[in-house]
Amino acid sequence: MRKVAIEINGNLVEAEVEPRLLLADFIRDQAGLTGTHLGCEHGVCGACTVQLDGRPTRSCLMFTVQANGHRIATVEGMAPSAHELHTLQQAFHENHALQCGFCTPGILMTMEAFLRDEPNPTPAAIRSALAGNLCRCTGYQNIVKAVGVAAERMRKEAGSVS
Amino acid sequence: MKPALFEYDDPATVDAALDLLARYGDECKVLAGGQSLVPLMNFRLARPGRLIDINRIDSLAGIKREGRSLSIGAMTRHVDVERSEEVARGWPLLAEAIGWVGHSQIRNRGTVGGSVAHADPAAELPAAFAVLDAKFHIQSKRGARTLGWDQFFVAEFTTSLAPDELLISVEVPPIEAGTGLAFVEYARRHGDFALGGAAVMVNVARDGRCEKASIALLSAGPAPVRARNAEAMLAGRKLDEAAIGAAADEAVRDLHPTSDLHGSSEYRVKLLRTMTERGLRTAAERAAGKT
Repeated sequence: MRKVAIEINGNLVEAEVEPRLLLADFIRDQAGLTGTHLGCEHGVCGACTVQLDGRPTRSCLMFTVQANGHRIATVEGMAPSAHELHTLQQAFHENHALQCGFCTPGILMTMEAFLRDEPNPTPAAIRSALAGNLCRCTGYQNIVKAVGVAAERMRKEAGSVS
Repeated sequence: MKPALFEYDDPATVDAALDLLARYGDECKVLAGGQSLVPLMNFRLARPGRLIDINRIDSLAGIKREGRSLSIGAMTRHVDVERSEEVARGWPLLAEAIGWVGHSQIRNRGTVGGSVAHADPAAELPAAFAVLDAKFHIQSKRGARTLGWDQFFVAEFTTSLAPDELLISVEVPPIEAGTGLAFVEYARRHGDFALGGAAVMVNVARDGRCEKASIALLSAGPAPVRARNAEAMLAGRKLDEAAIGAAADEAVRDLHPTSDLHGSSEYRVKLLRTMTERGLRTAAERAAGKT
């Protein structure tokens, strides 16, 4: 067993874990954050995507011990308050960008980082950035639309601040 | 599924990692980005008794110029090569090849050394390093050695690395002026393993004749394949459609890729021919734009 101290959504989580414990299982079962979903467990579906030090990463392809001393962001940390959604989440809600929702947390974690790098993406760039997240309900059209809407709103928000 | 039990070490220095490798050798696996090893462990297709995690060894990560060559540390993440200005300026083929590696989430974690040491015949970086004539710097407690790409890659998922050796860095020679580079591949879905692909480098003289051509194919055999006969055919010739077509025919003449449910051997040969043709065409156009 190994001691780890991992910052998840700004909170320090300390635990003793087996080296073989996958980060995804730690996030769900020990940190109690079940918004991160596990689909394929081999890095294809993207449902377990979290951000490791700001970069979207498959939490099923990392051991918990490797996250020791690092910063993790999950979908639970996105909304600014219990009554308000993140701009990206709000756009997904309004544009029917999810149906069953299983893939949504992974997509949100991927797209949040993507929009930081590319605040003004083309639909083709959005599609390319979505390539690592499978959705079997929506057919992706509304996801692409929602990301575009969110990007526009986030540019306006950034513009009004500066 | 979940991985089987293993012992775990995460040394902070190359020396400490080499000590562990010397001691445990065959029982252990080196864990770099884990984007190929961890899926295999999750499926229990791989059950190493011990992992030596080299993620904490900062000296193994980074891209730097060494003289006119490029040195890429084994623990350099794919994304950092993809976004490197040094790579974009001097070795854009590497960034183009990495664009095809898995998905962004995989490239954020996956490493150059990991891709190379895993030696998947469908992988992009081994073919890119083959066309660029890269060298691999290796260390163990017994000493250091440097291998050319053709000595390093042995067969499917097999390299010349001994159980106590660690890949330290990849050295990529300089690209001469007047060179066009291209990396092309085909997969059913972006991020899937390539059904076929080609990394191409052509050096074109001022009069438009090809001085030197290099062609490396992926998913064409057990290791990256250099199409030496096709390369020789192009030397001294203008890179017109006839020359490119003839070279593409020659490049696949002796290839016998394995049939599987994704494509028959015949299909794969045709695909590799087309990839070679497209790669040569693009590289020639790029070389012409530069001279």
